[in-house]
Amino acid sequence: MSEIALSRLKETFGEAILETHSYLGDDTAVVAPEQWRNVCRFLREDSVLQFDMFIDLCGVDYPDREPRMEVVAHLVSTTKNHRVRIKTRVGDSEMDGAELDSVTSIWPGADWLEREVYDMSGVTFRGHPDLRRILMYPEFVGHPLRKDYPAQKTQPLVPYRTEEEAGLPLEKLAPFREDEGMSFGRKDWTRSHGEPVTGDGVGLRSGGSHGAD
Amino acid sequence: MEPIDLDLEEGELELPAEPMHLNMGPSHPAMHGTVRMVLELSGETIVKNDVEIGYLHRGFEKMCERGTWAQVFPYADRLNYVSPMLNNVGYALAVEKACSIQVPDRCQWYRMVLGELARISDHLTCNGAMAMELGAFTPFLWFIKARDIIWDILEEETGARMTHSFARIGGMAAPPTDGFKEIVSRGVQKVIELVEEGEKMLLKNRIFIERLEGIGSISKDDAVSLGWTGPCLRATGAAYDIRKLYPYLKYDEVDFNVPVGTKGDTLDRFLCRLDEMRESRKIIDQSIARMSDDGPINVNDPRVILPQKSDVYTTIEATIQHFKLVMEGAKVPAGETYSYTEAGNGELGFYLVSDGSGTPYRCRIRPPCFQIVGGVERILKGHMLSDIIPVFGSMNMIGGECDH
Repeated sequence: MSEIALSRLKETFGEAILETHSYLGDDTAVVAPEQWRNVCRFLREDSVLQFDMFIDLCGVDYPDREPRMEVVAHLVSTTKNHRVRIKTRVGDSEMDGAELDSVTSIWPGADWLEREVYDMSGVTFRGHPDLRRILMYPEFVGHPLRKDYPAQKTQPLVPYRTEEEAGLPLEKLAPFREDEGMSFGRKDWTRSHGEPVTGDGVGLRSGGSHGAD
Repeated sequence: MEPIDLDLEEGELELPAEPMHLNMGPSHPAMHGTVRMVLELSGETIVKNDVEIGYLHRGFEKMCERGTWAQVFPYADRLNYVSPMLNNVGYALAVEKACSIQVPDRCQWYRMVLGELARISDHLTCNGAMAMELGAFTPFLWFIKARDIIWDILEEETGARMTHSFARIGGMAAPPTDGFKEIVSRGVQKVIELVEEGEKMLLKNRIFIERLEGIGSISKDDAVSLGWTGPCLRATGAAYDIRKLYPYLKYDEVDFNVPVGTKGDTLDRFLCRLDEMRESRKIIDQSIARMSDDGPINVNDPRVILPQKSDVYTTIEATIQHFKLVMEGAKVPAGETYSYTEAGNGELGFYLVSDGSGTPYRCRIRPPCFQIVGGVERILKGHMLSDIIPVFGSMNMIGGECDH
């Protein structure tokens, strides 16, 4: 346990350490967002602490609180074998001003983690070299790990086009031309075999994405 | 065909100087899971590359917030689907830490045996697949044969070959079968024999060695600052193994070594994994010897453990308890906790936030290969296009855990 980290932090940053606790043995310090990068640099460079590994970063959304988004980082020192968790809180109820300084210059390993938090929770990291979505695609709207993002919501990868936007009647956008395939497939079924069968038995429309069409 | 013009001047034979852009993946056979690399090549040398992940993103963390704590186990299975037991146990330990529960000794040994079996199967898959991608198909078949022995054991114990969902909060779904110790010790013996056979074929093969040695090397400091853990970090010489440094279960009571490399190149990563399989075997042998044949497997705590089925059908109290545990879920005290275990690829962490209800408020998973893949970009620069295959193979990227 590295309560030493908490006491060193309190000594050095005083007011900027908003609260600390060691619930279940996990030493935790809540840091003022303005001091985020300074605290990180201190934890990395202090000779007693030497937190050289940036293990994890994630956002936890509390929509009822102000500031709303909690950004949680876990640090490890491989030389001193201790760990600490530092947190900060950013963003108002609309997530305006949810910005933090990037720590990629301190730990290069923070690169993808910051991109992930940006993608999933919508926290912007100032000074990140390449801040873009990582798990979701660029056209995705919203940030899925916020509590107000409905879990059931679906989004199309590419917006569906109307016939006017596509510039052609959609049925003419067939993937294969008639003469392209072999004798048994890729032809328009109705043209080579007449109208679909509609007897007493089955009415069959073979088309669209049927394997043999 | 036109005759070769022998009067061509030297200068005209040079390759075009324009860098070429190449898309590798997302469904390239050597891109484990689905991952896409956008490469900028000068000739065959990699100038720039951009690794794009997320093709296997399934919203794991969001889904966890919708069910009970126990309903996360199937999701945890699907993180690293080559060693699901390690994920299962990792998540169970995280929830148990949040509830301040400790499972009985017998269960701890049982979890260790199953976990180490899963670790061997993880390393077998990684090493075997990498060898296959370099053209060595036979060792791959032997490694997969060995993996099948392990999966047969796990099937015997859990009922499923891959996605077991076998751990529970406060125990396991079922006690060990009667022949457990025997099939494990016999199976592991056979597995190690197969590994040694395959190893002989590969490590005496000059082509194989030359494609690995000195390729994709990384220094210890770089690997640490990139957040690498597991065999990829240990190959650089850092003996960072959570089982040794922050022992959980009974790892502090067994005797095993942490194999480390020296140069941090692809060969070292390959060798580290090979050695770790032998160390896992040591752990398994010791755990089996120390595991008692009877005794409780689950913690005696009605807050988290389902009652016996016979009681559920005959008594009202057990029926209510069962109903509440299934419908509302086990209640985890409010607060936050971070629990970490050594999975096949490195530190698998679960950061859980509970609001005191039966549903996770936030279940953050720290997948080990996320940061490892994040660092690949750096070490590939300046290498040849064909080096991507062994380097990326030795990272053991598992799409399921990397993409959440």
